[in-house]
Amino acid sequence: MIKKFDKKDEESGSGSNPFQHLEKSAVLQEARIFNETPINPRRCLHILTKIIYLLNQGEHFGTMEATEAFFAMTRLFQSNDQTLRRMCYLTIKEMANISEDVIIVTSSLTKDMTGKEDVYRGPAIRALCRITDTTMLQAIERYMKQAIVDKVPSVSSSALVSSLHMVKMSYDVVKRWVNEAQEAASSDNIMVQYHALGLLYHLRKNDRLAVSKMLNKFTKSGLKSPFAYCMLIRIASKLLEETEAGHDSPLFDFIESCLRNKHEMVVYEAASAIVHMPNCTARELAPAVSVLQLFCSSPKAALRYAAVRTLNKVAMKHPSAVTACNLDLENLITDSNRSIATLAITTLLKTGSESSVDRLMKQISSFVSEISDEFKVVVVQAISALCQKYPRKHSVMMNFLSNMLRDDGGFEYKRAIVDCIISIIEENPESKETGLAHLCEFIEDCEHTVLATKILHLLGKEGPRTPSPSKYIRFIFNRVVLESEAVRAAAVSALAKFGAQNDDLLPSVLVLMQRCMMDSDDEVRDRATFYMNVLQQKQKALNAAYIFNGLSVSVPGLEKSLHQYTLEPTEKPFDMKSVPLANTPITEQKTEFAPVATSKLPEKPGPTRQDIYQEQLAAIPEFQGLGSLFKTSEAVQLTEAETEYVVRCVKHTFARHMVFQFDCTNTLNDQLLQKVMVQMEPSEAYEVLHYVPAANLPYSQPGSCYSLVRLPEDDPTAVSCTFSCTLKYLVKDCDPNTGEPDDDGYDDEYVLEDLEVTVADHIQKVLKPNFAAAWDEVGDDFEKEETFALASVRTLDEAVGNIISFLGMQPCERSDKVPENKNSHILFLAGVFRGGHDVLVRSRLALADGVTMQKYSLLKSESLVFPSLPKLSYIPVMEINTGASLLC
Amino acid sequence: STLEPSLYTVKAVFILDNDGNRLLSKYYDKELYPSMKEQKNFEKNVFNKTHKADTDEIAFVEGMTIVYKCSIDLFFYVVGSSQENELMLMAVLNCLFESLGQILRKNVERRCLLDNMDGVFLVVDEIIDGGVILESDPQQVIQKVNYRVRHLQSRTVSTVWMNTDSDMSTILEDTDDYRKL
Repeated sequence: MIKKFDKKDEESGSGSNPFQHLEKSAVLQEARIFNETPINPRRCLHILTKIIYLLNQGEHFGTMEATEAFFAMTRLFQSNDQTLRRMCYLTIKEMANISEDVIIVTSSLTKDMTGKEDVYRGPAIRALCRITDTTMLQAIERYMKQAIVDKVPSVSSSALVSSLHMVKMSYDVVKRWVNEAQEAASSDNIMVQYHALGLLYHLRKNDRLAVSKMLNKFTKSGLKSPFAYCMLIRIASKLLEETEAGHDSPLFDFIESCLRNKHEMVVYEAASAIVHMPNCTARELAPAVSVLQLFCSSPKAALRYAAVRTLNKVAMKHPSAVTACNLDLENLITDSNRSIATLAITTLLKTGSESSVDRLMKQISSFVSEISDEFKVVVVQAISALCQKYPRKHSVMMNFLSNMLRDDGGFEYKRAIVDCIISIIEENPESKETGLAHLCEFIEDCEHTVLATKILHLLGKEGPRTPSPSKYIRFIFNRVVLESEAVRAAAVSALAKFGAQNDDLLPSVLVLMQRCMMDSDDEVRDRATFYMNVLQQKQKALNAAYIFNGLSVSVPGLEKSLHQYTLEPTEKPFDMKSVPLANTPITEQKTEFAPVATSKLPEKPGPTRQDIYQEQLAAIPEFQGLGSLFKTSEAVQLTEAETEYVVRCVKHTFARHMVFQFDCTNTLNDQLLQKVMVQMEPSEAYEVLHYVPAANLPYSQPGSCYSLVRLPEDDPTAVSCTFSCTLKYLVKDCDPNTGEPDDDGYDDEYVLEDLEVTVADHIQKVLKPNFAAAWDEVGDDFEKEETFALASVRTLDEAVGNIISFLGMQPCERSDKVPENKNSHILFLAGVFRGGHDVLVRSRLALADGVTMQKYSLLKSESLVFPSLPKLSYIPVMEINTGASLLC
Repeated sequence: STLEPSLYTVKAVFILDNDGNRLLSKYYDKELYPSMKEQKNFEKNVFNKTHKADTDEIAFVEGMTIVYKCSIDLFFYVVGSSQENELMLMAVLNCLFESLGQILRKNVERRCLLDNMDGVFLVVDEIIDGGVILESDPQQVIQKVNYRVRHLQSRTVSTVWMNTDSDMSTILEDTDDYRKL
């Protein structure tokens, strides 16, 4: 039957596939001839090949049928045909997880592993280890140890590699073979050397000293295998990184010496290792860069690719170090391998001068359609970086990006372009209208909901503030007519913003809104109805609160609070101020290197750091009734590094209280500390209510103690305070080995550094996307204005940085970026003071004669006391309160 | 972001025909494309990005470094992580290609490969074991596999059968090639 297939295929030409019409059931039927006597090796071999081929194609074998075929196959061990036996080993490995009772072949394999036929021994070991579990492993341990040191390289290699595979499952057994592995490492065979080194490292990697000794030995003795050298380089650079050893370490010397190895593989590995080391100076990089430069002109595409990819990485941090290679990179622009050409161009974009940008961009646009999406993203990222470096080039870039936006491409690519255009718009106000126009055109035909909603959001934010906002309405309303629910809802929100900001557009927007109220989707209808009603009130404050600047609370926090509210029925209305605020997103970090694996999983919002602390604090009875946690500070060190006791403090702010969490570590192995607490002496009218000590603090196990402090209510200007802190505890000496403590102990104390509470501890950052609207919303009843001279500040940038960190507020409207060559600047800050009071700051900074003057406006939604801004020099926090004044 | 020192260098290896169909495929990292569907999608994606540029030998697809080689109607691929030493991957690819070239007597084309599929499976098994490079010298691989080639199509008109299976030669009598002989 099968032969007829062969015949037919032969006739149909050389493109035929003898395995094409294989049927699993027919093949399994055929497998019955395994039981015939005498065994026909050729036919059996053909059937085994078919079975493996089917498994490889993804054919599913049921446990029953697989087991049956497996058992039939075991009979083939009676044949002495070499290839047939080898195919049996393969079948065993392929079926190890599908068939039952595969251990039935253990004795056959053990026999082959220890037999006389060397060609069987290696493969038999590998098949045997594949079906062995921890208990069975003990039974073959003796054979494994012998095999590792066997003089036949294939046997030794097979045993070493199989041992490595089994480390995960049976670490304790395999680690007993370390002496044998050590012996194998001095083998003359290069693969055995490599495999032995790999196994040894894997067994010792958690013991830094052992790894260090091993490195020392092998780097001195010199290995023959280039693979082993690559492995040594990786081990050495990892150890360098972990121990933070300087570049004068012998390990660094070893890596550098590998730059002169005769194998390109080793040279490249060494160069790559040096390039990836943190804190390399340009001088240390130079030898690595020169070998990469040489590789740029190699006839091997893989080597050119490797070299230019690595140079691209260097150019991220040290563009000047790569400038020497510019000529070589220029030659690669026309490389037939487009990946190489793209990397060369994007590297040149980083290292070249502004004048070369136009030429390079033209070059890249000639083949951008031919390269894969991954590299298109690299190009977009390079453009993004260029726009930051040469802001004047943004019109060239914008043009290029809009063309790319029209081309085909996947989501990641389109997202990169959209992000890049958005960042250009934000950095260069004069490019706003062109950019928005390109994005409008893009959403007319955009299959990606995420991008469409993102752009609609941006249009809503920026569009109303452009000279002719009406032209965006058409693009937005088209979305309401044509798109999916999510996009329609986003379009409705964008429309509302136009209506709220532009009085002359309001009537038209209301008409459109009316139409949206008949949408088939609940969310779209709800939004339209809501906005319709808000807009009809024509009140600036309502528009600001409900249209421009949405909720600033954390959504999981809101969910939790609402749930809590429904559990305890009360007459009181739900108070939004009881909900913890969202941590404002830290400005997105620009991704460093380009071709990175795109993560397949969508990001899940996990609990934030503050959520975790909230849970932990809620579990302590003394802290009941404090309300929700308002703000958690970064940890402050209260001890020097490497002292007997290490203490750091995290400040938790509540509406009327603060909790100080002291995370302590005892680094003395002959002491057990008990009843550990930090005694605090405040400089102001802060009152320490409770100390919650840590019961036990054994050696090297961190523990926490807490202090609860009431904030002064009668003097609300006292936002800052200094605490002198002393660690108090009971010491029990103990045996360093067993940790067994003595019965008696003695009280002792340890002086810590002072702890400061500052203005920033009372304020949580809140982002107001439309600052002007928020400012209008609160009105000027509580406005306060003052002027300060900032004596020690030299530049506007410095002043902006100091003000932000002192007040701990969120910069809005990107006002934290001071344009170049400007003598004045306005900084907008938003935040919430503990207790839920909005605080807005509009700060006008002016530079004159090296002295920074500043006008400072403070706005609050409710009567509340707030300190005036201190002199932003490096004065101690104590003085900050001197200028405080009361506001009502 | 230093690469974790490890012997697990190869993430996957596969051989496709000139329509992008899988002839042989091994994935050594269980977390990378765990299902058959994901694997085949990946192979299709890799094929689409490489089969036109058959003079190249390296590509970057779905965050993985791919080195490849094409011969007549076959494509050979070796896959490693984006941080992997490209030259190590090349060493594996070259060893695979040269070993098969020797086994198939330089006839590295689809039909001949399929006729000797058992030999191909054994060669791959000798070069990579669970993602570890087991051997990189084609001579050593040939020696260990010790495989005798079957049905060899010569590059000229005729088809020469090297095996002694009489059943097989009767089939041949019907073919045009054989008559010309």
